[in-house]
Amino acid sequence: MSLTNLTAHELGDLLNRREISSVELTEAYLRRIEEVDGQVRAFLTVTADLALKQAAEADGKRARGEKLPPLAGIPMAMKDNMCTRGIKTTCASRILHNFIPPYDATVTERLLEAGAVLLGKCNMDEFAMGSSTENSGYFATRNPHDLRAVPGGSSGGSAAAVAAGEAVFALGSDTGGSIRLPAAFCGVIGLKPTYGRVSRYGLVAYASSLDQIGPLARDMRDCALVMNVIAGHDRRDSTSAPLEVPDYTKFLVDDVRGLKVGLPREYLGDGLDEEVRGWVKRAAETLEKLGAVCEEVSLPHTRYALPAYYIIAPAEASSNLARYDGVQYGLRVEADDIVSMYSKTRSQGFGEEVKRRIMLGTYALSSGYYDAYYLKAMKVRTLVKRDFDLAFEKCDCLLTPTSPTPAFDTGEKTADPLTMYLSDVCTIPVNLAGIPALSIPFGTVRGRPVGVQLIGKAFDEGTIIRAGYALEQGTDLTRPRPALERTVEEWASSTKP
Amino acid sequence: MRISAQEVEHVAMLSRLELSDQEKRKYAETLSAILEYMEVLNRVDTDGVEPTAHVLPLKNVFREDRLEKCLEKALVLANAPEEEDGCFKVPRLV
Repeated sequence: MSLTNLTAHELGDLLNRREISSVELTEAYLRRIEEVDGQVRAFLTVTADLALKQAAEADGKRARGEKLPPLAGIPMAMKDNMCTRGIKTTCASRILHNFIPPYDATVTERLLEAGAVLLGKCNMDEFAMGSSTENSGYFATRNPHDLRAVPGGSSGGSAAAVAAGEAVFALGSDTGGSIRLPAAFCGVIGLKPTYGRVSRYGLVAYASSLDQIGPLARDMRDCALVMNVIAGHDRRDSTSAPLEVPDYTKFLVDDVRGLKVGLPREYLGDGLDEEVRGWVKRAAETLEKLGAVCEEVSLPHTRYALPAYYIIAPAEASSNLARYDGVQYGLRVEADDIVSMYSKTRSQGFGEEVKRRIMLGTYALSSGYYDAYYLKAMKVRTLVKRDFDLAFEKCDCLLTPTSPTPAFDTGEKTADPLTMYLSDVCTIPVNLAGIPALSIPFGTVRGRPVGVQLIGKAFDEGTIIRAGYALEQGTDLTRPRPALERTVEEWASSTKP
Repeated sequence: MRISAQEVEHVAMLSRLELSDQEKRKYAETLSAILEYMEVLNRVDTDGVEPTAHVLPLKNVFREDRLEKCLEKALVLANAPEEEDGCFKVPRLV
């Protein structure tokens, strides 16, 4: 048994039975990071000393007989766009290379209060703009299942860390698919909660009407346990929903009898890898065998979601990223006058894709183009949302592929930004509608994991957690473990990048 | 919709970005391809459709206008590239 393969709830049992200590567990994860992260490159910062201190605190409380919550003493990682007090938070951008937040994001605060142990901060596409983690201002992360492949993005470091046994679970953020795509590519579970379910306080903003934080985990129970900690109203985020949060573990019931699952035909059309289509079909059959009822539905505006997203998200980003001006924090490039200082700082601090999106958004919002682009996109957003509303009159949840293909090769899509954007075609509509969705591994294609996506009604994460749990219990396809179990030597010889 | 290197220069100025001539040409190319792809939106009939800026049915969120605990000045200034007398310092404005 290797500690770096197990789930949080399995490790929690070992901790509770005093078979291991949190310090031992944390040391095992730090060792694993040392062994494999030279190849995977999931972490931007490893907080070894702090992690061991937190682990010792958890052990101390346990030794004193305190009753600890489920994630106490469990080593985890966070995407580097969530503020961690006293720990560098760079957003994988040169412009924040030296930024040390003076406060914790709400999710950080809640995880630490729950006793989770922070191993470090994970790599990502700069400012969460990208689908492969190749847009990091520091280095690209690799897919632990095949080092030639990308891990997906933008939460690629978080997904790769969980898949490679470098963290038990991790947090990511999802604006257009940035939790679900890397989850699918790396063979782990990723949940994007309903917009407003998890506080965005302390999350560095990309597109504020779309951003949402969620877990990357090894199984559905861990996913539910993390949600129990991070979900809930927060008065410091005015878009946080003032609603009661259920105990998500209550939805881990192996029963989907009568559940109505819609299969949107627009997600299963042209451009879908035939083997991925096969796995989605098999997931539908698995749910049917367990008593769910699958039926075809239509979301006719699906094809318009991606172009609408690439107007709305850059428009919001162009405004959000105006704050990086070399005055209050981050990089400053000196110049004689203030406008040159702004321009030089931003030109040297931002990477190519971030500049592209800032300019795209500035253009879409500029006088003369606002109605044609931004207003049009917001109207299309209404239609995309309405499609989902109509589908949910008939269905409890929807089943789609998370991505039309498994992970692509490093460098395959970097030359053409539009081709890269199309990687998110199955995930983006969900963000526009603000509804929850999760990606769960289901089979592999040519050795690379495939994810299927379950989409739910607003604030009904419970139903997709229940459907995901049924898939997990009904098959052995949802935990592609090779990347976790391979020794470093086997790994290095089998997949030379 | 194609966008010229000159238009890119204008948008870059609005965005407070400086680009080399080569960058301007390259961005003109990629941004044109993206904007052309977006033309597909013109095929959607959106007459009478209300825009969605935000998905939640939340209106303004108010709180009492009361001083609450906030960050200490030293912490606020801790990341400043340059400070003086408890203020952020910037190059001359006029």
